[in-house]
Amino acid sequence: MRLTARLMGASALCAAMAATSAAAVELEVTHWWTSGGEAAAVAKFAEALNATGTHTWVDGAIAGGGDTARPIMISRILGGDPMDAFQFNHGRQAEELIEAGLMLDLTDVAEANGWKDLVNPPDLLDACTYEGRIYCVPVNIHSWQWMWLSNKAYEDAGLPVPTNWQEFMDSADELQAAGKIPLALGGQPWQSAGAFQVMATAIAGTDAWLKVFRDKDSEAVMGPEFTQVFESAAQAREFTRGSNVQDWNQATNLVITDAAGGQIMGDWAQGEFALAGEVAGTDYSCLPGLGMSDVISTGGDAFYFPAQDDPEVTAAQKELAQLMISPEVQVSFNAAKGSLPVRGDVNLEAVNDCTRKGLDILASGNIIPATEQLLSPDTAQQVNDLMTEFWASSDMSAADAQQRFADIIASAD
Amino acid sequence: MADPASLNTLAALDPVHGRTGAVGDMAGPRGRRPRRALSRGNIMLYGILLLVSVYYLLPLWVMVMTSLKGMPEIRVGNIFAPPMEVTFQPWVKAWAEACTGLNCDGLSRGFWNSVRITVPSVVVSIAVASVSGYALARWRFKGSEAFFAILLIGAFIPYQVMLYPIVILLRELGLYGSLSGLVLVHTIFGMPINVLLFRNYFAAMPEELFKAARVDGAGFWRIFFQIMMPMSLPIFVVSMIIQITGIWNDFLFGVVFTVPENYPMTVQLNNIVASVQGVKEYNVNMAATLLTGLVPLIVYFASGKLFVRGIAAGAVKG
Amino acid sequence: MAATHDTSALAGPGAAPARRPIRLFRNLSSKIAALPMILVATVIFVGCTLWTVVHSFTSSRLLPRLDWAGLDQYERLWSTPKWYVSIGNLAVFGLLSMVFTLLIGFVLAALLDRKVRGEDVFRTIILYPFALSFIVTGLVWQWILNPELGIQAVVRSLGWTGFTFDPLYDADIVIYGILIAALWQGTGLIMCIMLAGLRGVDEEIWKAAKVDGIPTWKTYTHVIIPMMRPVFVTSLVLIASSIVKVYDLVVAQTGGGPGGASEVPAKYVMDAMFGAQNLGQGFAASTMMLLSVAIILIPWAYLEFGGKKRG
Repeated sequence: MRLTARLMGASALCAAMAATSAAAVELEVTHWWTSGGEAAAVAKFAEALNATGTHTWVDGAIAGGGDTARPIMISRILGGDPMDAFQFNHGRQAEELIEAGLMLDLTDVAEANGWKDLVNPPDLLDACTYEGRIYCVPVNIHSWQWMWLSNKAYEDAGLPVPTNWQEFMDSADELQAAGKIPLALGGQPWQSAGAFQVMATAIAGTDAWLKVFRDKDSEAVMGPEFTQVFESAAQAREFTRGSNVQDWNQATNLVITDAAGGQIMGDWAQGEFALAGEVAGTDYSCLPGLGMSDVISTGGDAFYFPAQDDPEVTAAQKELAQLMISPEVQVSFNAAKGSLPVRGDVNLEAVNDCTRKGLDILASGNIIPATEQLLSPDTAQQVNDLMTEFWASSDMSAADAQQRFADIIASAD
Repeated sequence: MADPASLNTLAALDPVHGRTGAVGDMAGPRGRRPRRALSRGNIMLYGILLLVSVYYLLPLWVMVMTSLKGMPEIRVGNIFAPPMEVTFQPWVKAWAEACTGLNCDGLSRGFWNSVRITVPSVVVSIAVASVSGYALARWRFKGSEAFFAILLIGAFIPYQVMLYPIVILLRELGLYGSLSGLVLVHTIFGMPINVLLFRNYFAAMPEELFKAARVDGAGFWRIFFQIMMPMSLPIFVVSMIIQITGIWNDFLFGVVFTVPENYPMTVQLNNIVASVQGVKEYNVNMAATLLTGLVPLIVYFASGKLFVRGIAAGAVKG
Repeated sequence: MAATHDTSALAGPGAAPARRPIRLFRNLSSKIAALPMILVATVIFVGCTLWTVVHSFTSSRLLPRLDWAGLDQYERLWSTPKWYVSIGNLAVFGLLSMVFTLLIGFVLAALLDRKVRGEDVFRTIILYPFALSFIVTGLVWQWILNPELGIQAVVRSLGWTGFTFDPLYDADIVIYGILIAALWQGTGLIMCIMLAGLRGVDEEIWKAAKVDGIPTWKTYTHVIIPMMRPVFVTSLVLIASSIVKVYDLVVAQTGGGPGGASEVPAKYVMDAMFGAQNLGQGFAASTMMLLSVAIILIPWAYLEFGGKKRG
């Protein structure tokens, strides 16, 4: 019990420091950012909040991603004892919580601080908007459309590093013959689905992609553009054999250790290369849009604030919301997280080749919404199930998968 | 509470039990036949047990060896190989340094929380389950078996499905977020298996003993405390093993029904093991697991002694 | 134990024989003692199950809501390939897990009951996996069964280069890879329960069997096992309920892969509820699970507990 007493003493000390002001509030924040880089990024938020001198950040980290954290968040909210802020993928997931009146309306903070003008791309704020009111703070931008290649793996095989998907596929046979796994792919279903939809943007093009993912046009799925995507995926899956790993970062590790030629993965993979001390351009190459089209999607994370009875807590919640999107915090947070800031008006220096490419595409406005903003989690899950089955086994033909995908899109809500 | 006469009778019964117990002890466990130390049967017996032990110990070997290696060695080496260079750093890190979000004090943070959750939950759930099992085995009333059947079917419901209705229920009871709410939840979900365990054990006890006590005028509670409980050590041990393990290792309820300052150790374990990004530190994962498993493991070792005493108690029958 | 004492004090007067027993008050102590169980059975298990069943007829997504959707969730459930894979896996896994856990648990208990030297050590070795969380059990077995790290790599490095053992990466046999880990984790407890049961068997029976010249194995199969019926029932329920609920192990070992080949119903429920945020679909799937459990259990429970009355 002594330990508890000590712990309590320590937290009492923290509380005492905060208690100098009458409106001091402890804000409990739940999130699933627990790895080194992520935790460092969250720390920037906490530091900024604690630096206000009035409020304190109480950390409620739950590892394991949204599937683990979500039931906990929802239970707390349903149980009437919610945390004060929580991380959620914005987009369509939180609509119900807002409808039920469980979320704090941030519109006044947003208007007072001109979020509308500074959030870039604007659809990030749109994803937080429900019936004209703003309910969440977007904090970062992540994009999916990247391919990461090991320069050394190609060097070992005596091959040039591909500069686009076509070249990659053309040399995959030779790479395989040289004892490398051409395409690293982890076993988690979302990785298969992600790889597929990235291929779709690159091969089928933005228009066809939007028709399918945004307009839920199942005829477009059966069209020639997507036929090509499925056929290419059916070829590509044969090049993933041998990557017997589960987690995405283990798959990335295959590229880092030069056992695999490449991996299709979002920009968060760059954090892994950085941690391994690899340098963009010399150790690894990156192909935004698979080198076929300069388009990236703009997904990201957001924070929601459950409605609380205590007006002092509400005021503190709003303060935190504004802090999260303030320029200094945006820069420090995103530098740690490896993502891009949601404000167009902050300056990022000293970024590497790959991040620079991403920023340029973002600046040129060649962007598409992230799939989680377009598909309901339910539909996304069905796509994941189909894709993991398709990628894992050669038994399912491209045509079968295409038909089943069309069915899912047709019934999507 | 009861008339003195029955007390006397019970007291008179006791030495008899003691004697039978002693005889049982001398006779040794069931099934034993005197044999030479190196008979063929003995070689077979120990051979099989050793072989089985290898299967059970192999993963432990991998875990312990991994937890003593540095990360570079893990990346290149064979998972079965002992460490070339032994380091205790992963253990230190798992216990005191690993970060869960912003709090970098490892598993130590949740240890006492886990104790504070486990002790009352185990005591209450076993107390309730043993009494219910006893009532079901010896004092049936109309409908008791029907309730029991419902309870049994309850054992088959995945916990997660019950999450939201129980959250709502606890909210209405005003217990949501409190330690007593969590104890209640553990008691509820430990009930089906433990009631079954106790019911069947008590039902298998010799009828005569129970009848004799009743003839002597002993009532429900008296028979339970003075006759049933002392004879049920093995089953209490089994029930304790199930409950301590289940509650100590519980992650879902601990995290859903409490607030961060009360989070049990498994939340930190989950955060160390299930971090989805960054380099996976397998050595720290393994050390963290072994550390978390330590409390149930100690209980298993300790309960071994109880188990053996339970044999003596069990020998009372007859 | 404080709680029990409190209740006992409360129930004290009731325990004394009532002069004119009214039906409701007959056996009152027992009823009071069983009250928590009755409440749990009715309020929690019946109540919450009904709540779940009711909500399976709704289109609840993130939050439980009562917007009726008729049988939509069930139609969807029974047209989802993943659900069929899940049921098939559960059938194979369930049957094998049941048979092997009982068999191994009993045999080990019987071996340990033969006055083994170092019984404590062996028992702890067999039981210890039960203490470890599924997350890591899955991880360790994932390593051992991983073709590049585990058994296959070791055997190949010894010279058998053609040796293949990669159950977790072969869709046809992946469920056996999970079975190996499940048996490792679960047999210890069953062994312990069986041992407790064997220790409850009367010494006289062994003596009698010996006098009659019945061989040991026959004593087990013809005398001991029938006597241990309640122990087997307990074990069966324990194993079966953990089979139905198997989830964490699959997630930790394969995540349902490769290509969804190791999906199980509990994971389907969880994926639907918390991944797809389609509570209605998850409730529909769990209702089907419960329904099948009820169909199997109720007749059995009736035969087992309903027929005979005891004093």
